[in-house]
Amino acid sequence: MSEQIDQALARKYDAGFVSEIESETFPVGLDEDVIRRLSAIKGEPEWMLEWRLKAYRTWLKLTEPEWAHVDYPKIDYQDISYYSAPKSMKDKPKSLDEVDPELLRTYEKLGIPLHEQEMLAGVAVDAVFDSVSVVTTFREKLEEAGVIFCPISEALHKYPDLVKKYLGTVVPRGDNYFAALNSAVFTDGSFVYIPKGVRCPMELSTYFRINEQNTGQFERTLIVAEEGSYVSYLEGCTAPQRDENQLHAAVVELVALDDAEIKYSTVQNWYPGDENGKGGIYNFVTKRGLCEKNAKISWTQVETGSAVTWKYPSCILKGDNSVGEFYSVALTRGKQQADTGTKMIHLGKNTKSTIISKGISAGYSNNAYRGLVRMGPGAEGARNFTECDSLLIGDKCGAHTFPYIESSNPSAIVEHEATTSKVSDDQLFLCQQRGLDPEKAVSMIVNGFCKEVFRELPMEFAVEAGKLLEISLEGSVG
Amino acid sequence: MLTIKDLHARVEEKTIIKGLNLEIKPGEVHAIMGPNGAGKSTLGYVLSGRDGYEVEQGEVTFNGANLLDMEVEERAQAGLFLAFQYPVEIPGVSNMEFMKESVNAMRKARGEDELSSAEFLKMAKEACKQVNLPLDFLKRGVNEGFSGGEKKRNEIMQLIMLKPKLAILDESDSGLDVDALQVVANGVNSQRDGERSFIVVTHYQRLLDFIEPDYVHILAQGKIVKSGGPELAKEVEASGYAWLGQADEGEKA
Repeated sequence: MSEQIDQALARKYDAGFVSEIESETFPVGLDEDVIRRLSAIKGEPEWMLEWRLKAYRTWLKLTEPEWAHVDYPKIDYQDISYYSAPKSMKDKPKSLDEVDPELLRTYEKLGIPLHEQEMLAGVAVDAVFDSVSVVTTFREKLEEAGVIFCPISEALHKYPDLVKKYLGTVVPRGDNYFAALNSAVFTDGSFVYIPKGVRCPMELSTYFRINEQNTGQFERTLIVAEEGSYVSYLEGCTAPQRDENQLHAAVVELVALDDAEIKYSTVQNWYPGDENGKGGIYNFVTKRGLCEKNAKISWTQVETGSAVTWKYPSCILKGDNSVGEFYSVALTRGKQQADTGTKMIHLGKNTKSTIISKGISAGYSNNAYRGLVRMGPGAEGARNFTECDSLLIGDKCGAHTFPYIESSNPSAIVEHEATTSKVSDDQLFLCQQRGLDPEKAVSMIVNGFCKEVFRELPMEFAVEAGKLLEISLEGSVG
Repeated sequence: MLTIKDLHARVEEKTIIKGLNLEIKPGEVHAIMGPNGAGKSTLGYVLSGRDGYEVEQGEVTFNGANLLDMEVEERAQAGLFLAFQYPVEIPGVSNMEFMKESVNAMRKARGEDELSSAEFLKMAKEACKQVNLPLDFLKRGVNEGFSGGEKKRNEIMQLIMLKPKLAILDESDSGLDVDALQVVANGVNSQRDGERSFIVVTHYQRLLDFIEPDYVHILAQGKIVKSGGPELAKEVEASGYAWLGQADEGEKA
């Protein structure tokens, strides 16, 4: 183990390479014509184009939110390209053998082999490269179970009714500035459909990669779990190291019908920028799930990347007895800024939510938890428990907590606990006195701090997440 | 094994150790007694290299090496162990993980292979038994929610697992009842093998009824003012520290 750690500590952002792949990329700029072109390339149905245009027109009327505890230069939305695809994807490859080997190498370098026989058994992967989905593995096996797992652009062709029925039902087109932009220009993402009563036979995973310069990534994920079904979904992200900031504005919608359960895990490691705050991804993401009766949605996120993060995976607990969970580890270092948290909207009776948020700040970074718990008038007997812990490493970083609690039902119970601690000199000294070097000591203390969240992650991801923290903490001591 | 020559050290602006000399040979047990504020705990921290404890002058050699040149973890890896008076908690990190990392860091420094999980577990279980801690302590967070006595026993368990060349016990008896004291002492005595040396820092004589020292030193105002055999501890027991000509002020070092 400790040898791997030494290796891990020796490297910096090791997903920061650029792949030499010929791409077809739109010139920068955004107007209705760009959206029409984009929709045409994807061969979308007419209603989809209309939907996008409506979203675009709404977006024009909205203003960029400024309430978050983050500070970044104004984004010029006309200086971004809204579509980029590897040229080799133009004549859609039928199988993995036809995929550009350079693309496959990219994913291999990232530690995500797409050849099924080399993969972790039990995880199906959809790989999204810039604006398009490259490959989805294990499809046949999933089809046997009746599970649909494919790029959303493909779902629009094959299952238009399903997409039309649910798209925008949880995150409406005009929900917020970034969601509206995404609705107008989203390029790809994953679509998951689990039929009634089916327990998805394997973990589903999407791996997002931004490669091209000056492109934004706008993916859209839609997961529908029919009555009594279950699915666990994982999402990973990386980007090359570039001096310019890049925009990532995704939307994720989850629909959990009666008695269904969706577990959604994210390990986000977008390029965070260099130590002076140059470059890095702006990560403005809207994630929300809707729970019907007795349904459960669980969000687990480990956020270590991005220059700026603005993200609040939320649950609307509409059905009686439904359950929402949010487990989060957000680590910021250097000049990173994160404003992240959740919203738990309790509408149904006896709904329950749990929020465990662990924020770790190092260097000159700022880390904010922002969470809303709302108990609606009908939320008879509803309960929420929130635990919000911040850990500071060094004395130049900041941790902030912004809890919002709104209760319109006297029988609802809301609990909030918050702590702020430092990696203490006493702890460091104890570890060093027992022979551990300071880097190892800090990473062990931080991993201990995050344990409650890590145990919610699927096994492979938990190991990955621990390693990621270790790498991210490099140089944060002393 | 350990030679301290004319050591002067300060914490922040205050000089606490003022010209201390001590020679410890393999297998010896030295007790350091003294009133509160004499610099007993400071000595342990200075030897283990804690941040904020600054050496003003003097030399310390440990098995031929210049101890003062080494980092905290290097001193530990060279075989210097400090049992803490107030062991700190590390929430979420289990005793097991912590000790596995620790044992392997020491082994690695000695150029030995890391222990397998099975080998480690066997060793940990035995150490647990020796200090009378239930096995589930291995799964609990380091010192998390432990009672005072449990924390002290946990320190001795670590001593047993790490097998240092020199162990400094910083008031390992404070806050313990007689039964717990006996357990701690038995744990320590089991590690006396004629090679391993000990510095037993204590305010009271009673620990020395259980761990019999070869030498007893009285530390006062940053210096060793008197040295002798076990009988010196008995004198202290009988007459206190008043004969040192200073009040026992209860100031913490």
